[in-house]
Amino acid sequence: MPRIVVDVMPKPEILDPQGKAIAGALPRIGLTGFAGVRQGKRFELTVDGEVTGEILEQARHAATTLLSNPVIEDVTRVEVIEEDGQ
Amino acid sequence: MTAETTRTFNIDTVANAEATPGHALPWAELGLKDNEYQRVEEILGRRPTGAELAMYSVMWSEHCSYKSSKVHLRQFGEKVTDAMKEHLLVGIGENAGVVDIGDGWAVTFKVESHNHPSFVEPYQGAATGVGGIVRDIISMGARPVAVMDPLRFGAIDHPDTARLVHGIVAGIGGYGNSLGLPNIGGEVVFDSVYQGNPLVNALAVGVLRHEDIRLANASGAGNRVVLFGARTGGDGIGGASVLASESFDSSKPSKRPAVQVGDPFAEKVLIECCLELFKASVVEGIQDLGAAGISCATSELASNGDGGMHVELTNVLLRDPSLTPGEILMSESQERMMAVVTPGNVADFEAIMDKWAVEYSWLGEVTDTGRLVIEWDGEKIVDVDPRTVAHEGPVYERPYHRPEWLDRVQADGFAADRPTDLRAAVLELMASPNMCSKDWVTDQYDRYVQGNTALAMPDDAGVVRVDEETGLGVAISTDANGRYSYLNPYEGARLALAEAYRNVATSGAEPLAVTDCLNFGSPEDPEVMWQFAETVRGLADACQELGVPVTGGNVSLYNQTGGIAIHPTPVVGVLGVFDDVARRTPSGWREDGQAVYLLGTTADELDGSEWANLRGHLGGQPPALDLAAEKTLAAILVNCSRDGMIDGAHDLSEGGLAAGLSEMALRFGVGARIGLDELCERDGIDAFTALFSESQARAVVAVPRSEEVRFNDMCTARNFPTIRIGVVDTENRALDVQGYFNLPIDQLREAHEGTLPKHFG
Repeated sequence: MPRIVVDVMPKPEILDPQGKAIAGALPRIGLTGFAGVRQGKRFELTVDGEVTGEILEQARHAATTLLSNPVIEDVTRVEVIEEDGQ
Repeated sequence: MTAETTRTFNIDTVANAEATPGHALPWAELGLKDNEYQRVEEILGRRPTGAELAMYSVMWSEHCSYKSSKVHLRQFGEKVTDAMKEHLLVGIGENAGVVDIGDGWAVTFKVESHNHPSFVEPYQGAATGVGGIVRDIISMGARPVAVMDPLRFGAIDHPDTARLVHGIVAGIGGYGNSLGLPNIGGEVVFDSVYQGNPLVNALAVGVLRHEDIRLANASGAGNRVVLFGARTGGDGIGGASVLASESFDSSKPSKRPAVQVGDPFAEKVLIECCLELFKASVVEGIQDLGAAGISCATSELASNGDGGMHVELTNVLLRDPSLTPGEILMSESQERMMAVVTPGNVADFEAIMDKWAVEYSWLGEVTDTGRLVIEWDGEKIVDVDPRTVAHEGPVYERPYHRPEWLDRVQADGFAADRPTDLRAAVLELMASPNMCSKDWVTDQYDRYVQGNTALAMPDDAGVVRVDEETGLGVAISTDANGRYSYLNPYEGARLALAEAYRNVATSGAEPLAVTDCLNFGSPEDPEVMWQFAETVRGLADACQELGVPVTGGNVSLYNQTGGIAIHPTPVVGVLGVFDDVARRTPSGWREDGQAVYLLGTTADELDGSEWANLRGHLGGQPPALDLAAEKTLAAILVNCSRDGMIDGAHDLSEGGLAAGLSEMALRFGVGARIGLDELCERDGIDAFTALFSESQARAVVAVPRSEEVRFNDMCTARNFPTIRIGVVDTENRALDVQGYFNLPIDQLREAHEGTLPKHFG
């Protein structure tokens, strides 16, 4: 079954306390190669059948109204992936 | 580190401003009026630079400058007597007032609004409201020990209300619980006037030793200025983005006003780090960064001290390297503090920062020039007298007049038919949005963390222990009744103070000091301005009569949508002191056979009442107020607590005796047999009025049989009316009002506790 992936990231100008916490933890396990961390979230919407334009539009609508908080987050991706992961 | 990226700005220097007097700046977009911009030019003798304009525009905003309210607020200072100042260690004007509570202990407390941000982004708006008021408390040198949140929402069944309730309550809990601070009370009110303007007020209280008081001033030329805590990002920058002339870079992030996101764990570290700084005495002055960020902190620290400061703005640690100087100055990023440190203490300061892993950067130093000079990579971009930014902003004597509609409203007293089924009426009242149980809200807050909470919601006041050895502690209550204030703003403010004062006394504490958060519509509307003026006059008069000073607070204006203002809502917080919190009086019945007394008299005062609200009526005059009676009642309640004469007490306010009796029964699940006949006969009222009138200066108490004589003697000696209305009954789990109804507690509880879960669960 195809899935629609929705990626949501905190807006660039918004503080991301979780990303900051991870950035602080990385050097503690000896990983010093990173200058910053931002943590977002990924949703997978499974579709029973073909992904029509209408369904994709529904996914976009869900992404901006339910899956993200448009005041502090951006939807960075709404994309169909097939079962094998691509 | 970010030197390359910052070079993309066209920096508007002071020299540039002098050379290009005709250069147009977007001052109107930044919220400055024509006359205000002209005044900036007069003060500077030239046009401001972009950075200066950013500073003046935020610091001269209503929120920061109190330009419309200042002329009225002066009364809080003018109407203070020497006796009222007795316990006041720090008064109005600092980050928060400080009150002496004895044994070398002091407390600092303050209530502030975070209304507008909470409407835009409920969770983060409410969370950062808690964070902001807690930093005010830290900056006085105190350890925060508790918070409270008076909240007002639109109609309970409006679709947008659930969004706000869920977000705001979760935000308060999420931030406060993470900080490990108990939330000991507040209010939750639903009224359609708050639909587009919910009120999210946040109160915090902190504890300190007298010698630990810290003030926000920068003294001593040569002392270093340091910014520490979170990095500066693009949070809360409203108008600054219109300073587009500053920037040539089009690849910046989206520039619409950004909300602030809080990080309670960073704030918790900041609390501990600041307390260690204070303990080690390594800071001379300290200021939290809230509204107007670095603009506010630098100009206030400088103008409260020797009057000069030099800052290199590129030293500010940034989260977003593309920020322009104006944006850095205006950013409202959370969890930041600014301090002044002598050169000799720099190493100690840095050691403490390193210990707590708090980032810091040295911005500059205190000077004796009387100027606040801010440079950007060595080029002067701000050169101002800091007092003109922080304290000498515009002051307006806004025109005001009594609204014409008020006569009509005041003449329209509550005259609806009175119900004959009092049982149904009590159930309806106790299930109503404003009188129902607020457990659904307060259960999301940690009320007992730290182990010092002696009373919390649903008791009349929140009580926390300050000294674990002696039991010394404080009680706080916040109250407001927007409906009373709508009917009569002068009396409404006095009634709000009286209720908070009565609540504190009912818990057994001696009322000491006041903080207020005055929530109003637009000051440019003369009718709103009149409501404001009347409120301040009423509150200041009542504080003087009760002998409790206002120690600080906040004004929130422009709470209106589509030209319709909210009800005037002066939230008044009263703080009282206990010699030992162990003698606190809880608000319910417990012991079988104890006598139930009603203190005070009841008149037919249903105008503006919760019962009238349930019938959709708002008119007439609020209940009459007798502050002398309030004072006597408070003295009786405090003495009763001290001498062990009462085992339970509940003040009567919204919902009257019906609410008071119901809540006393619900508190511990213990009922009582109540008789109203004698009361009705004495006061010349019917049973409905006895139950639902909101007459002031009343309380219900439970008196052990062994204390009845002493209790009556004391009331008689003080010439205060009291009447025995019943007896506590642990056998029948019911509120039994003889001759009228028998209401099982389980049934009452079901009605009382079902309302909020039904709407929001």
